[in-house]
Amino acid sequence: MSRHVDTVADATANSDLEQPYAELGLKPDEYARIREILGRRPTSAELAMYSVMWSEHCSYKSSKVHLAQFGDKKPETDVLLVGIGENAGVVDIGDGWAVTFKVESHNHPSYVEPYQGAATGIGGIVRDILSMGARPVAVMDPLRFGAADHPDTRRVLPGVVAGIGGYGNCLGLPNIGGEIVFDSSYQGNPLVNALCVGTMRHEDIHLASAKGVGNLVVLYGAKTGGDGIGGVSVLASETFDEGGPAKRPSVQVGDPFMEKLLIECTLEVLHAGLVEGIQDLGGAGISCATSELASNGEGGMHVTLDSVPLRDATLTPEEILMSESQERMCAIVTPAKIEAFLDICRKWDVTADVIGVVTDSGRLVIEWHGEVIVDVPPRTVAHDGPVYHRPLARPTWQDTLQADTSNSCARPTTAEQVTSTIFTLVGSPNLAAKTWVTSQYDRYVLGNSILAQPEDSGMIRVDEVTGRGVAISTDCNGRFAKLNPYDGAKLALAESYRNVAATGAAPLAVTNCLNFGSPEDPAVMWQFSEAVRGLADGCLELGIPVTGGNVSFYNQTGTVAIHPTPVVGVLGVIDDVALRTSMAFVNEGDVVLVLGDTYDELNGSEWAHVVHRHLGGLPPRVDLDAERRLAEVLVEAARTRVVSAAHDVSDGGIAQALVEMALRRDVGATVAVPSDVDSFVYLFSESTARVVVTAAPHQVEALESIAAQRKIAAVRIGFVTAPGSELCIDSVFGETVCLSLAQLHDTAEATLPALFG
Amino acid sequence: MTQGMRIGVVTFPGSLDDRDAARAVRIAGGEAVALWHGDADLHGVDAVILPGGFSYGDYLRCGAIARFAPVMEPLIDAANGGLPVLGICNGFQVLCESHLLPGALVRNDHLHFICRDQQIRIESTTTAWTSSYAAGQEIVIPLKNGEGGYVADSATLDQLEGDGRVVARYVGINPNGSRRDIAGISNARGNVVGLMPHPEHAVESLTGPTTDGLAFFTSVLAGMVNA
Repeated sequence: MSRHVDTVADATANSDLEQPYAELGLKPDEYARIREILGRRPTSAELAMYSVMWSEHCSYKSSKVHLAQFGDKKPETDVLLVGIGENAGVVDIGDGWAVTFKVESHNHPSYVEPYQGAATGIGGIVRDILSMGARPVAVMDPLRFGAADHPDTRRVLPGVVAGIGGYGNCLGLPNIGGEIVFDSSYQGNPLVNALCVGTMRHEDIHLASAKGVGNLVVLYGAKTGGDGIGGVSVLASETFDEGGPAKRPSVQVGDPFMEKLLIECTLEVLHAGLVEGIQDLGGAGISCATSELASNGEGGMHVTLDSVPLRDATLTPEEILMSESQERMCAIVTPAKIEAFLDICRKWDVTADVIGVVTDSGRLVIEWHGEVIVDVPPRTVAHDGPVYHRPLARPTWQDTLQADTSNSCARPTTAEQVTSTIFTLVGSPNLAAKTWVTSQYDRYVLGNSILAQPEDSGMIRVDEVTGRGVAISTDCNGRFAKLNPYDGAKLALAESYRNVAATGAAPLAVTNCLNFGSPEDPAVMWQFSEAVRGLADGCLELGIPVTGGNVSFYNQTGTVAIHPTPVVGVLGVIDDVALRTSMAFVNEGDVVLVLGDTYDELNGSEWAHVVHRHLGGLPPRVDLDAERRLAEVLVEAARTRVVSAAHDVSDGGIAQALVEMALRRDVGATVAVPSDVDSFVYLFSESTARVVVTAAPHQVEALESIAAQRKIAAVRIGFVTAPGSELCIDSVFGETVCLSLAQLHDTAEATLPALFG
Repeated sequence: MTQGMRIGVVTFPGSLDDRDAARAVRIAGGEAVALWHGDADLHGVDAVILPGGFSYGDYLRCGAIARFAPVMEPLIDAANGGLPVLGICNGFQVLCESHLLPGALVRNDHLHFICRDQQIRIESTTTAWTSSYAAGQEIVIPLKNGEGGYVADSATLDQLEGDGRVVARYVGINPNGSRRDIAGISNARGNVVGLMPHPEHAVESLTGPTTDGLAFFTSVLAGMVNA
């Protein structure tokens, strides 16, 4: 404990000391800039702070210049109560209710240590939502893994699923949806994204700012330990290399029980009006919370680091500043209210300590054992990090890839081949039932889950009296984005938007998690810039704003990047959840219709992927005007109760959509392929802006009239049959294909347990 | 008719389904009263529910720490005196740890947490919490647990069977390896019931797979009126 601590006085006196900035992930010019800002070399504590806050993960230094489009192209909207830049965006859903939602990546930690990586991913996003003043009400997990049969996937997936379940279940948040996608492009770089949604009244919105000179800075929650040091800089902002050092010590360890107490304690202090500003501690820990709070408030803060309660007394001040120990929050409280604040913390057995005070000095000053070890302008740490205009270049292989269309792949030409193709797809890992995973998540807790997986969207009741609720879906087809990142991002938006509308909710706002390879590769940077441009253009066209999001770079092994994967989450609002539409066939005799037009669009399709291992050509065309009209039809049909089921057509085409609708409640249907189209194209094409719906016979005409008013094609293709019956498709290359629901069920359900059970 | 019946719902640190239990009480027509783990007072309630969740993070052993919470002292006395008590999931574990019910709940035999719509058969309608069901009635309510396998020695199991204290049994699938497919049991008097599945998640058609769970709550309210 006699180790000498590097003070500001030392840094001034001993200016030429060589510092390990490169090991901390800083580039030479970034280090030079820190020296320029401070007019001296940084102390080791300051160096630690800048290194984590200027990391790619925290500073968005490579993405910032592109992300500005989400603001520049923001549609005219009055639903946004809090926009991009805060912990999470907040939207107005009516009746005085506000909803906040956000998705974040925890990709790198989850590869290194699947259970804790995934668990703390949930923990982190939940605290983001909580710090806005909202009660977290549901989580979802968009997940991507390497090939389903690869041995490492068997290591990663069960751990990730157990971590999400272990943390989320113990926290008491229903898990209502998400995605599970397998593709060898994610081998070595699984994507573990976590979404949380929270609800609050408008007046309960809180922001992360340290206002009021003399107010106290309170750190509360778990004690600070040595876990997760450098998580954002060492893990999330670098590519994994073969033979590098083990990075497990950089992964945080979660305690969901503490997080549950933190939620209840935080909501109680907020509702009691005891908090001036609040911030969660996530990536970059105390460095981030203090510098962001100070920068957003009066501009100054004086912190006594000795007051931070520690799990490990041997931690150095640099480690304390960088630690990403979980389940911690930071609040700004007036001296008059501090006792009341601490009382509530005691009630919940939550440790709370005053670690500093708000000043207007314009400096963030941190003391350790009576000596000043940090004295910096907080804005330079939190907001004025480096900004890079990384070089971008359309990859040389893009033309070749787009020229290699799926026309080269042999297509089924008989009814028998179609039958076998349906079974192959139904049992393929991406389309197979995800029950093995989702049954490990609690979808019932809190008692407001209206729809959960495998429905098109998760839906939560917000107001138990009026029935007002929200629906959320996350989507992205990485193969489409690889073929054309601009269209790929729009396609992800379109699918998510459609999934929300299919349940009867009106799409309102967008969040995103942009997962890409290394920004230092111009080809990846081009993919990224194209995807951001596509998403921003798409949101403008659909008239729904981006409320926030997250960027995850360096998802690559060596020089091989993942498929560009801009995961898009859309949130919609429904006036009364009693009017929601499920995907299940239910009533015998209901008419089955397809809304939207089908074209020969099989490039990048699930069929090409599963049957031919083929990826090439251009992805399906995206028509956002058609998507908007289709969504209007679906919302109107739900509101007027003329639709009895609706299911988005996407991966696997109409065939897969029909199978999923039949298997949902084990009720069959008899349909026919229209006479003027190719049977294979009709059943397996992945054209966009299409939904399969059902309507009671006496309501079909009303539904058709709603569709006609919006110029959406509505074609009757058959009717729902009895429970337990078959799914029969007539006129498949002149024959009738009848599929046993029991056999389809067994095929769909067997795949994941066989791989991971 | 059941107006004015007050049913306490205990919140331990880490309780999760306390709001759901309170909602179920209200839908059944009773008044839900929040009871706090640190308050050794039942505030005159007519019955108590120990809700699901992960009290104290399930650290040490499920229910083992909650059993020593101040509220448990008057609750154990009252239960021994005939107060209707329903322990759901984690609440069942707390009742076993408190020795108000015999046996224990252990890790699911397949080692995974499981959440599913579970078919169960009501085996006893003589308890305070199942009197509104028909004997042998089969219902579907959510089940969600990681440590829901009911175990006891053979003599205890035989006695439970012999005394008609097996309240509910899993039908079709045994989801967690419970001995003799046991989903719930009662004490000898029938006022204390422990149940692994979650009737409070099956009280509204919008949010539950069925409304089959509601009768647990109407049973106890009806019993109070008749008492």
